[in-house]
Formats: sequence, structure tokens, C-alpha cells
Amino acid sequence: MMATGALGGCASAPAYGPFAGQLLGADVARGHALRDGRLPAASGLERRIPLLVLGGGVAGLAAGWRLREAGFDDFALLELEREAGGNARAGANAQTAFPWGAHYLPVPGKEAVALRHMLRQFGMITGEDASGAPIYDPYQLCADLEERLLWRGEWQEGLYPSTYLSAQDKAQRDRFTAAMEAFRKAIGRDGRTAFASPSRLSSADPAYTALDGISFAAWLAGQGFNSAPLLAYVRYACRDDYGCEPEAVSAWAGIHYFAGRRGWASDGAGESVLTWPEGNARLARLMAGRVGAERIHSNTSVLRVARDGADVLVDAHDHASGHTQRWRARAVVLAMPDFVARHVATDFAGVKGLTYAPWVVANVAVSRLPSGDGVPLAWDNVAAGSESLGYVVATHQTRSNGEAVGVLTWYNALSRGDPAAERRAMLARSLPQWQAIVAQDLLAMNPELEGLIERIDVWRWGHAMVRPTVGLRAALAGVAQNGPVFRAHSDLCGLSLFEEAHDSGVQAAERAMGWLGHVHEALA
Amino acid sequence: MAEETAPASKSPASKSHAAILLLSVLVVATCGLIYELLAGTLASYLLGDSVTQFSTVIGSYLFAMGVGSFLSRYVRGDEMGVFIRVEIMIAMLGGWSAAGLFLAFPMAADFRILLYALVLAIGVLVGLEIPLLIRILRGRFAFRNLVSNVLTYDYVGALIASLAFPLVLVPRLGMIRTGMVFGLANVAVAVALLWVLRRERRVVVDMLAAVLVAGSLVAGLFLGERIQRAAEIAYYGEGVIYARSTPYQRLVLARRGGDLRLYLNGNLQFSSRDEYRYHEALVWPVLGRVAHPSRVLVLGGGDGLAAREILRDSRVAHVDLVDLDPEMTRMFRQIPQLSALNQGSLSNPRLKVTNADAFRWARSAKGQYDAILVDFPDPTDYALGKLYTVSFYREVARLLAPQGVMVVQSTSPMVAPRSYWTVAQTLEAAGLSTRGYHAYVPSFGEWGYTLAAHQPPVMAANLPAGLRFLNATSEPLMFDFPPDMARRPVPVNRLDNQALVRSFSEEWAKYEG
Repeated sequence: MMATGALGGCASAPAYGPFAGQLLGADVARGHALRDGRLPAASGLERRIPLLVLGGGVAGLAAGWRLREAGFDDFALLELEREAGGNARAGANAQTAFPWGAHYLPVPGKEAVALRHMLRQFGMITGEDASGAPIYDPYQLCADLEERLLWRGEWQEGLYPSTYLSAQDKAQRDRFTAAMEAFRKAIGRDGRTAFASPSRLSSADPAYTALDGISFAAWLAGQGFNSAPLLAYVRYACRDDYGCEPEAVSAWAGIHYFAGRRGWASDGAGESVLTWPEGNARLARLMAGRVGAERIHSNTSVLRVARDGADVLVDAHDHASGHTQRWRARAVVLAMPDFVARHVATDFAGVKGLTYAPWVVANVAVSRLPSGDGVPLAWDNVAAGSESLGYVVATHQTRSNGEAVGVLTWYNALSRGDPAAERRAMLARSLPQWQAIVAQDLLAMNPELEGLIERIDVWRWGHAMVRPTVGLRAALAGVAQNGPVFRAHSDLCGLSLFEEAHDSGVQAAERAMGWLGHVHEALA
Repeated sequence: MAEETAPASKSPASKSHAAILLLSVLVVATCGLIYELLAGTLASYLLGDSVTQFSTVIGSYLFAMGVGSFLSRYVRGDEMGVFIRVEIMIAMLGGWSAAGLFLAFPMAADFRILLYALVLAIGVLVGLEIPLLIRILRGRFAFRNLVSNVLTYDYVGALIASLAFPLVLVPRLGMIRTGMVFGLANVAVAVALLWVLRRERRVVVDMLAAVLVAGSLVAGLFLGERIQRAAEIAYYGEGVIYARSTPYQRLVLARRGGDLRLYLNGNLQFSSRDEYRYHEALVWPVLGRVAHPSRVLVLGGGDGLAAREILRDSRVAHVDLVDLDPEMTRMFRQIPQLSALNQGSLSNPRLKVTNADAFRWARSAKGQYDAILVDFPDPTDYALGKLYTVSFYREVARLLAPQGVMVVQSTSPMVAPRSYWTVAQTLEAAGLSTRGYHAYVPSFGEWGYTLAAHQPPVMAANLPAGLRFLNATSEPLMFDFPPDMARRPVPVNRLDNQALVRSFSEEWAKYEG
């Protein structure tokens, strides 16, 4: 019977895979062809247009939405990928849609005027209560149970552990909460909110901007925060929103995560988030609908952006037709991420010190949704013991039968090492390797999923988001916004968030309209 | 005995002993691994978390085998006799292990203690086998060949077991009968050895024990199916006549005497003795308050019992019934005992069944209904809780005709008064007027309902003659709430707060202690 020893050894190391699935991601070949100058030069007639929006991520779409709102219709939006949406794209299977990137929007605060205006137009805000607070469509607010954490073998509600905490852990948690609450209420000497959302509206008071000069980890240490559960929670927050470690994130950005959200809604829904099965692709597609398909030129690489007298010349290659077109625009909203813009719009982009976090997102089709000891399945499910950021249930908002087939969207920010090295390592891994990593992580959280995983599709984001590193905010403050090229992107505020990209797009659109003499009422 | 026979290795008798003993290595190796796999699989099946269960079961089993091997040193003399008795004991314990664990699971206060006690006991016995066999065989082979032979058969047995278990045994025999079959194999080794030794030693007592164990295992083999059911009986406290797991729930039908009961995920849905009280109270206060209930909607109610009441009303021209689980509606349409109970309501041409998630169905449904009956399971989890939210009630209100009336099954106002009144509060937040009422249903206790309509529901109801529970006198009494169930301030149940799921679990946990 000694044979059982060997068998026991095998049973504890299950094989993960093979699984059906696909490896997805930004079109690397397209990006590199562009970088290496391998695309043909412009030919044929120039096209004249008053305004071009370059880039169809959230910032570009928000710019397009804002232009159309103001009755400015004569523009085109050029997008590199097959579909606009940037980080807010989504996929679907027979059961449900699911996100490939950002999956929620916190309920906006009073400062986010343009964003709330848009949400009302999209039917997400349905009215106002007696106090004037927006009433949100309940189907679009995240349904209870919102979050759960696997902590010491049991799922519990929320993302901060509530059990097995020492008196010191609890004291530090309370002190941290109080400190963030104080920052949330803080007003700078210039009369502006210390940590505003959109961040553009934040106070310039050095008492707060100085926090950009140190890391969040250093700030925490300086304040005497050393409780392991607290630091783990903070690390999760930094990686989830910024794709990097507290050691890299500036204290300003770290605090902004906890103090910048002041959601304004009826029925106490201000703390909630808006979410959809397809994630923020819901918003991106609605914006694209407003821009109009006839204005969106997808599969189009911008090769060069250059001044020519008062005009801007834009060479753009259409991958479908193989033709490179020269556009002559009177103004441009440059809504591409800086790592692309710095190669094609050399006179207008290239911010020193900008780095990007690589991410991996997997959509996992399961024949039965997971459960586990403790509180039941939530929208967002995170394990304290895992390096991943957990998984979100795509069907959370749409169904009342909790146990049927579904899709889990698994997230991981590759934040441990140097971003470039992590990016190379990410691209070097094969689909089966990524699938095994995802499956192993999911099964560690939910062993009952064994045999229920039907498919794992993996999306590799080489440059998923800008990293709000120490000193970046100061560096970005020096980026000039002069016509005729107006920049729009969340890269420009260093926080890769929907509300930031939206604000940036709206603001650039308004400046461009001002430049072109189109009268409009300011939203931003 | 072994001491005496050891030198006489050339005799034909001892040759057949050796052959039987080597064959028995193969058998005991296979059996030993099967019991281990059974315990691991059963523990995963009953307790969940297969990684933990398998690894702790395998670990303790291997450790117990080590203990058995260690203990073998205390066997001095008569290794053969001890070996035979060990085989009989393994046959008994191992053979009955799966059946015993299944039966004990619903009854045992701490199932894990029982599980590991059994795993350790079998492990110790199995651990004794190989050392004893090596000692029994030591004179018959050169040591080089002995070790080689024993370990070869041991490993081959392990391979047989590990392949046969998942591929053949569990799918074909099930876990209970697999245990019985391998118990028989163990006891067969004992019987074969006793038979060849019958001239050399007294075997009567051992043989008798072996035959008894074998008899019990054969009986168990034939009763395997019934034992499986008995295990559910122990859980439900009555005779399970039908059990089925669907992608959505575990359906169990149980009968005791004339009483037929349906359980969904272990929660009682109805008892045939008093379901007429529940369903008359659900249906007639609504239909009795609608002048022309031509089109009726039932949400939930896949048992067809509410539909039975509705279809008795000749004014009703069409009923739409929306239930999540196709297996549920199929069962209540096709199984004769069940379709007798609902009087074939689910096959009635005036009724249309739609199998869909009502939460999604309601959002896209069109048309108006004169009466709507909302009869979902209690809000025990966040998924079911969505069907009790203001968002859902707004959709249902949209489907309710201007003069229509609806009713919502609203849990017990006695056990869970906050939860009960949350339903009314939430219906009102959806723009409806409500009136609560309650009825005593013995198998449930004091049960609550909520009427809702675009105008305040009228006081008087026109009830048909011939109802068993309700008449013009008893119906108005249902609307009176004594102080312990009286209305109290409660929040509105919304998708993003699920106040009802939270209060429901608190109130029922407190009530059930």
C-alpha cells in the first residue's frame, strides 16, 4: 500500500487545463508597425475638416460626446482598434456580456457636472429627490452584495477584514479611516477641495500638493501605520485603481483614492458604484452612439501630427483599405495615450516620467457560479491570500438565479517588478500558461469550481494605465494646453479613471470649440 | 502456524498458500486504495471543498497506515490468524464505510469526527496487512524476490483501484455499492485462506464471522439504492419518493402516510395536508377583489397549486405562469401524484408556462394582467432577494391593469415581522397601495401575504362557494394583526441595500435559535 503515497502526492497537484480560450489584446503588430515607420506615406487628396479627435478611448469619446452636445457636428474621430472604447471595451458569449477592462464608475460627486449631465441623458439618472440629489436607476447601481473578502478561510462582507484583528489593527484601521475622512472634507487655502473628482479641480495648496513628492508607503510609515491588514488593504486599493504598489504611488494619488470620492445621490446611494455586465463599455458605446458611427473611423493608425501654418496636418493609415490619408484640420483633440502620442505627435506629446502598468484580465466562463464558506457570492470577490485582484461576476446585475452558468472577470495588475520587465514577462507567457495561472488562482479561492470552468479568454494589457508615481502630478502640471492641438487623456492627470478621462475629453472639446469660435455653454 | 509451515516451502499446499497470499496482496492493495478514495470522495461530496477533504483524508489515512505498520511489531506468532481477522474487520468497516457515512451525515452532531475515526481505523488495519503478509511469506521466497513480489502486486493493485474507481465503479455502482463490493473482496481473501487452512487449524469461529460479514455486505449490495434514499429520509424525516438536482435547486418530494411534501434546497414549500389553506389564502383574496379577472399572471408557483385555484374561476380566460426551473414544472405536470394534487393545472389549455428568471422576464414583459400572484421562495439569499425589491415591484406594477390587484407571498409576520412589513413598505415605494393579511398554515405556522393595487384594495371580497378555508366570515379576519405582528417602521428593500435579505436572515436565525 505504499503506492498511496505517490498517488497522494499527485492528487494534491492537480493539472490546470487545457481550457478553451483565446489570447487577446491591443494589436501589437499595428502598434509596432506604427512605431517602426513601416506604414505607407500619405497619397491622394488632402481632406479638410474643422476638427479631428485622435483616439477613441474614453477621453476621445467624451470629447466627441461634448462636441455633439454643443451642436458641433463637423469632426471625425480616428481610432486605431476595431472598436472604440479603449480600456472600456467588452466581449460577450451566449450567456452574458463581460468587460475586458474597467467595469464600474463610482457615483459621481457634485463637482462632476458634465459627467452627471451625460448620465442623465443616458437614463442612468432618472430624476432628483426633494433635496436635489440625483436619483439613479436602481438597475444600474451595483446590487447588494457588493464586495466580499476571503480572509482566513471564510468569505466576509466588505474588503477590509473584520475578524482576527488585534486591538492595534482595529485602532489603526479607525485612525486611517478618520485621517481619510479628514482629507475628504479638507479645503485648501485657495478655497478648493483638497482632493476633488475630477482631480483637475483639486486645491493647489502646497499643504496637499506636497503629498505628490513622497510615496504613499512612506506617508503611511510616517504616520505610524504598520498594521498588516491595513497595509494589505491599501496595497489592494493602489493596485486595483492604479496598477502599482504603495511604494510607487504618490501619497497624493493614494489619498485621492480614499478621499476623492464624494458620490452624490438619493437614498444614500452616494457610496455605491454604477456597473453593467459589460462594464464601462456600456458608457463607451452610448458615447460612441452619440458621436455617430459616420464620424468614427476605426482601424485607423495616426502616423504623424504636425503644424502647418495655422492648420494641423494628420496622416492616418486605414488598415482596412491600406490607404494613408492626409487630413488638414483647424484644430485637433489629441486623445491618445502619451506612449503612443509621443511617437506620432512629437511636438505635442511626450511627458517625462510617465510609466504604464501592465495588466491581465481574463474572462472565465463557468457552468455554475462559485459560492464558498461565509457570505454568498458578491459582485466583487477578492481573496486576501491571493496576488490577483479577484473576480467580478458579470451576471451580478441581471439575474435573480444565483446558481446558473455565468462569467467571472478576473483581474491582475502586474505590479511587483519594474513595469517594462513585467510587460515582457507578460507577453512571453503563452495562453495555456495564463489560463493555468487564472485557474489556479480561482480554484484556490473557490475549490468548488473544479471541473466547472468551461473557457478562459485572456486579455493582455501592455500599457493598461498610467502609474501615478511620486512627482508625476508636478511633472504633468507643466503640460501646456495651447491651440490648435488640445490634449485629452487620463494620462494628463495621472489617474487612469473613467471620470478623469471624461473630464479631460470634455475640457479639451470645449477648448477646441473656443479656439474655433463655436459658442457653447461650459460644462467643464 | 506460519512458523511451522515456513520451512516446508516445497509442498503443494504451501505453494497454493503462496499463490493465494500473493493474490491477496493485489486484492488488499486495491481494496485499501478504494476505501481511501471513497472516504475522500464522500467527504468532498458531503462537506464540499474537495482539495481540503482529499488532502486531509489521504494524509490521515497514510498516517494511520504508518501506525498500523508500527503496531505490526506487537503481533508475535500466528501472523496468519491475525491477518485473517484483520481482513474480516477491514471488510466490515471498509465495506460499510460509504453507506455508514451517508446514513450518519444527517444525524451525526460532528460528522468530521466520525469520518476521521473511520479513516483512522481502516488505515491502521490496512497498515497491518503488508507487514504481516511479508512476514507470512518470508520463508517461501528469497528476500530479494519477496520484497519485489509484494511491492509489485501492491502497486499494481493501486493502479487498478485508481483507474477503476472514477471510470467504472462510481458511475456504475455508486459509492455505497462500491464499498460493499470491495468489502466482499477483503472477506473473500479471509475465506479463501481459512478454506486452505481448514485442516491445519480451527477455523470455525473465524469462518462464521467472515460469512456473517459477507452476508451483511451482500445484503447491503442489494439494499444500496434504499440506503441512499434512507440517507435523505434521515435528513427530511420522512420517505423520499423523488429527489433531483437541477441547475437551480435540489428538489425533494417526501411522503409520510397521506402527506406529500416538497422541499426546495431543504426548505419546505408545501405539505399536501394543509396547502389548501396556503393557496386559498394566496389566490382568493385577489380574485375576489377583481371584477373581471380575465388575464392572470403567476410568478413562481411552479408546483401549479396556485394555478389550480385560479383555474377554478371560470372568469379567468388566460393564465401566464413564469417559473425559473423547467424540471419543477415538468415534474408537476407529469408525475401522476403531483398532477393529481394540482388537478392537472399545468396541462390546462388556459395556462401557459414560461420557464424564465422572473427578474429578467418582468423587465421585458408587455401587456396587462387583471390579477398577479407573486409566489417566490423566501428571500434567503441575495439572488432571491432581488425578486422582493422596489425595482422588481415597479416592473410588476407596470404589468398590473389599472383596476387589477396583486398579492405577494411575504414570509411569516409572526417570526419575521420586520421582513414581513418590508414587503409592504417596498410595494408602497413602488407606487402601490397595500393591505396585509395572514393565515395559519400548520406546516408553515402563521404566514403572511400582502395585497397591492394602484388604488387601495377594497375591503369586501366576493368568494366562490365551496372553499375549504375561506368564506365571507373567515376572510376578513385575516386582515387583523395582533400587536406582536403589527406594522412597524422598516426600510424600503432596494437592489443596492437588500434590506430584506439581511432582516430575514436575522429574524429567522433568532427564531430558530
